Amino acid sequence: MRLGLILGEAFQGLRRNASMVVSVVLVTFISLTFVGVAILLQGQIGQMKAYWYDRAQVAINFCSAIDQTGNCLQAAATDADVAAVEAKLAEESVARYIERTEYDPPAQVLAQAQEFYADNPIGGLLTEEFIGGILNVTLYDPSNADVVIESVSAFAGVQSVDDRREYLEPIFSMLNAASAAAIGVAALMLVAAVLLIATTIRLSAFSRRRELGIMRLVGASNRLIETPFILEGVIAALIGSVLASGALAVIVEFWVKRELGGVLGGGGLLIGLGDALLVAPILIGIGVVLAALSASVAIKRYLKV
Amino acid sequence: MIRFENVSKSYPGTTRPALGDVSLEIGKGEFVFLIGASGSGKSSLLRLILKEERPNAGQIHVLGKKLSAMPSRKVPYFRRNLGVVFQDFRLLPNKSVYDNVAFTLQVIGKSRGFIQEAVPDALKMVGLAGKSGRMPHELSGGEQQRVAIARAVVNKPAILLADEPTGNLDPETAQGIMALLERINLGGTTVVMATHAADVVDRMQRRVVELMTGRIVRDERGGAYVTQAVPTIQTSQMAQTPPSGAVSPGASA
Repeated sequence: MRLGLILGEAFQGLRRNASMVVSVVLVTFISLTFVGVAILLQGQIGQMKAYWYDRAQVAINFCSAIDQTGNCLQAAATDADVAAVEAKLAEESVARYIERTEYDPPAQVLAQAQEFYADNPIGGLLTEEFIGGILNVTLYDPSNADVVIESVSAFAGVQSVDDRREYLEPIFSMLNAASAAAIGVAALMLVAAVLLIATTIRLSAFSRRRELGIMRLVGASNRLIETPFILEGVIAALIGSVLASGALAVIVEFWVKRELGGVLGGGGLLIGLGDALLVAPILIGIGVVLAALSASVAIKRYLKV
Repeated sequence: MIRFENVSKSYPGTTRPALGDVSLEIGKGEFVFLIGASGSGKSSLLRLILKEERPNAGQIHVLGKKLSAMPSRKVPYFRRNLGVVFQDFRLLPNKSVYDNVAFTLQVIGKSRGFIQEAVPDALKMVGLAGKSGRMPHELSGGEQQRVAIARAVVNKPAILLADEPTGNLDPETAQGIMALLERINLGGTTVVMATHAADVVDRMQRRVVELMTGRIVRDERGGAYVTQAVPTIQTSQMAQTPPSGAVSPGASA
């Protein structure tokens, strides 16, 4: 009986204030979409870090037969050269930073390169004399790459030592900047949403002041009077946050997966629909809690005056 | 039932108090007229009984409860024991007669079964049994006030407060409303009615409390709008603090 009464009052309020409710829905929709984008970008950064850092963080490139750069003298690195480097990495001072190492001999590197360039004429031109072996080093903490680089750069047969994070850092900092921008926009929009909800509830209360006066006079409890208004705000925000969750799913499915996935290849590098679905409850939670708080403050203040 | 002990009330921004040092006791089952010019404090007194305002000084007891000690979350439950009727009826225009009365019971959480019994009873009591489906704008002023009274008494309150209930009605209709209030009073409900209607007060011959600039200047049982009797107020109090510009209550007699 009372639940029906409360819900009835809430829906009546939603109907009477339709245009304001629509604006609340839209503002929460947009602001929560930005919140979701920020969260997903952070997820994407984490995903990429995990993907790349799980592979080699430092690559020790050995000389190929034609190489003259680095320590190379137009002679392929010998097994002894590789063994010397591996011995150095096994020394205690370096080894404690290293999780594991893995040597890819030239033939394997060549095979990988040919696979990578399968659709490209370059693939056909590659032969083993262009290719040196690569010793992949995985570190416990990728930021200790300098230790490895310094310790083996001067060794004979080493063409170069790459800290692969250097290639990734610009991408990560770009993604971080985008994420920060999304959070900034989201914060502003959320402030707007909270104020809009408060205004809408005050307006709704004003349009029902006659009922409110009678309800207070006959002894309706404060909770019964306030709940329909809080529900009104919560329902509007709920619609907005569900829309935002849907928008995120669409972004992930059609833009990230199809567009970016087409360019970068899938396989654990990119976030997926599952991540978007994980973010949805967070968005709905933020939307509902903020709406409930601002609506309840607004109606309590209105009734006090 | 209702007891005021040296109650003073002034609103912010005004120097003259709305009520000054008012002491009053109203017993169970009484019918009391509050009379006095506009601004004499009648409505303030009713609002204080409802705990819509708090006094600046003094104590108010209603239904055995000390209002100053009542936490605000208990006020709604306290008000369920009071019925209120206004000059302007205050019905909900988009609800039928039945729904207007039922609304009161719904918001205080009465069961559907109780509402279905109590609302027709109340409407029958005020003489609107056949008009429960009408909308307020389809009713005459007197009928609208009857709906308002039905709403006020449907929960069987111990006290009925009426703020100029006949103020918008012609004398004949007003008489009908008074008969109804009298009947409610005979049922054991204490009625406190603020009014300007001299004929109503004169005809009823009930207790009359006259206010002037926030002070009680007359409290007479079986009184008329204009008194013929010696004032019953404490003369010592009047002598100490005569209300500014007030005529001696006996002077008009």
